[in-house]
Amino acid sequence: MSNSTLSSVSSESRRPFALVANRPLLELRNLSTHYVSAQGTRVVRAVDDVTLSIDPGKTLGIVGESGSGKSTLALTILRVLPPAARIVSGQMLFEGEDLVRKSDAEMRQIRGKRIAMILQDPMASLNPLFTVGDQIAEMMRVHEGTARATAWRRAIDLLKSVRIASPHTRVTQHPHEMSGGMRQRIVGAIGISCEPRLLIADEPTTSLDLTIQAQYLNLLRDLQREHGLGLIFITHNLGIVAKMCDQLAVMYAGRVVESGPVSRIFNAPAHPYTAALLNSIPRMGANRQRLTAIDGQPPNLASLPGGCAFAPRCPQAFDRCRMEAPPSIALGDGQTARCWLAPAMAGTATRTGVQ
Amino acid sequence: MAVLEAVRLCKHFPARRGIFGGSNGTVRAVDDISFAIEPGQTLGIVGESGCGKTTTAKLVLGLEQPSGGSIRFDGRDLDDLDTAGRRHYRKSVQAVFQDPYASLNPRMRIAHIIAEPLVTNEKLSADDVRKRVRQLLDLVGLPEHAADLFPHEFSGGQRQRIAIARALALSPRLVVLDEPVSALDVSIRAQILNLLGDLQAELGLSYLFIAHDLAAVAHMSHSIVVMYLGKIVESGEARVLALAPKHPYTRALFSAALPIHPDEQQAETILKGEVPSPLNPPAGCHFHPRCPHAMPRCGVEEPALVNVSGSLVACHLFDAGMEFGKSMHAAM
Repeated sequence: MSNSTLSSVSSESRRPFALVANRPLLELRNLSTHYVSAQGTRVVRAVDDVTLSIDPGKTLGIVGESGSGKSTLALTILRVLPPAARIVSGQMLFEGEDLVRKSDAEMRQIRGKRIAMILQDPMASLNPLFTVGDQIAEMMRVHEGTARATAWRRAIDLLKSVRIASPHTRVTQHPHEMSGGMRQRIVGAIGISCEPRLLIADEPTTSLDLTIQAQYLNLLRDLQREHGLGLIFITHNLGIVAKMCDQLAVMYAGRVVESGPVSRIFNAPAHPYTAALLNSIPRMGANRQRLTAIDGQPPNLASLPGGCAFAPRCPQAFDRCRMEAPPSIALGDGQTARCWLAPAMAGTATRTGVQ
Repeated sequence: MAVLEAVRLCKHFPARRGIFGGSNGTVRAVDDISFAIEPGQTLGIVGESGCGKTTTAKLVLGLEQPSGGSIRFDGRDLDDLDTAGRRHYRKSVQAVFQDPYASLNPRMRIAHIIAEPLVTNEKLSADDVRKRVRQLLDLVGLPEHAADLFPHEFSGGQRQRIAIARALALSPRLVVLDEPVSALDVSIRAQILNLLGDLQAELGLSYLFIAHDLAAVAHMSHSIVVMYLGKIVESGEARVLALAPKHPYTRALFSAALPIHPDEQQAETILKGEVPSPLNPPAGCHFHPRCPHAMPRCGVEEPALVNVSGSLVACHLFDAGMEFGKSMHAAM
């Protein structure tokens, strides 16, 4: 609608991202985040040896069940972990700078300005006591020192760009005066207010109705195109990945068990867990046929089995799986999988070496 | 004969303002809907929040009294039943709810949870109750020793199995499933959907399946009812409705369903705006302000459900003689 308005206001502050297009926007190298108990006796490996990268303007989907570590990964990238969690090893290279080594003050400069986040529940991420205009303006006033009046004008432009009708009235309203879909769009507006390079969306549409979810996903995609945003989508819904993402990382028990281009993984999943997940989704046309279920329960991160964490539920598990956890095996075309059988399952793909 | 039949069912709630405020208008949560659930079959209800699907479930469960119309169970009107008849009805219709973390009492052991409906409704000896609990646990695929444990010792999927066992304790004819898998992990959903399918085949159960996951409803149901602001906009056989929806709302809803494969990028109909307030629904067809095919007539005259090649559709596009409806239908 009024995207030109938004880009014109802030064009002077825009960084030329085309120059660094060949460098990943964010690169995680062997990143591990553990929760440590007060005595230091119990350790939960919520994020374990994760290697991922996302290019500028692209979308990475991170899929996993509850307790697979996907939200901890998001909190790790933003360095907003709860006190019990530690980043124990690895690097997070964001536009070439290692976020793990940043001081808290430096992180405050990055958070909200260069990396923004959208959470699942918009009611919990908006302050009920302030108008939405104040909340959108706050971001720009804090990060860019924008004058109150200018920030307010830009807040109205941002409301327009997230397609909120009559933005001049809405900007003075409080969150409770809006519907769930609108609130989530306000959170989106706050997210893009400082023109971040990377937006992390943690289950942003779970609380929305279906037709509103479709509106919101389209909005996110448009915003991404207009601003060249890198987008990390954390979800348990493979449908969202199929619709929105370029790259996919599947997490299981704190590890990335498979990653690569979305179309490649959907066509030829190399990890039995990914394959089983894809097969377990009900399909529109296939009425009342038996679904291919995954037996057993997701594992408890505090007491993981030795070897591959998926082995107890895996139909193809053999002795080696229970003894030794498979490393991340590169399968070509950017696809990797942590499975001893991956080279065989990926079919034509050849084993090009262990990462 | 249908197990359960709803005939022109209505539920209107008075809307009040403030604590002492008088009534200012009514919310027509369920407005003149009719459907039938056949023995051994599943009826799916889909729609967005506020469309009346949960109110419908409450009416069927007898948790709300209808303000108009009637519910017939085995051909008998619920209003005509005596106390014993009502008791029999409540035993025959059971429910499984969305959140198994909220629907199981954390201070009761599993055996006690599953046995509670038996203890309150049937005069069984303690031995028979124990036997029945064992049988039910086996039916839903839980080990026998689960009976002595507490709910917190189980995962979400296992808890939902316990909730299903409890619902089946009184050998009901109809089970109302209100979002039975949406609180569960993706890898667990297929397990529970398969279990529900197996139980239906084994026990000849009927289901009223309510969910917002369209693919799950399409998968589980024999027939589907689509609701919008308290009204049925389309109903019909599940396969037909899922693959060739007719009403513009149904088509938008199904096109908003997420693809299961990245190559499967269907033509999308993105609806404008949001569901209007049920307190003040639009005149004529409730859907017309968001409808891409709205005509002047839609804002004035409410469409009736008409038979369009096997499905019932409430839309002026499909009224007799409307060429547009026919051509649109042919194009699908």
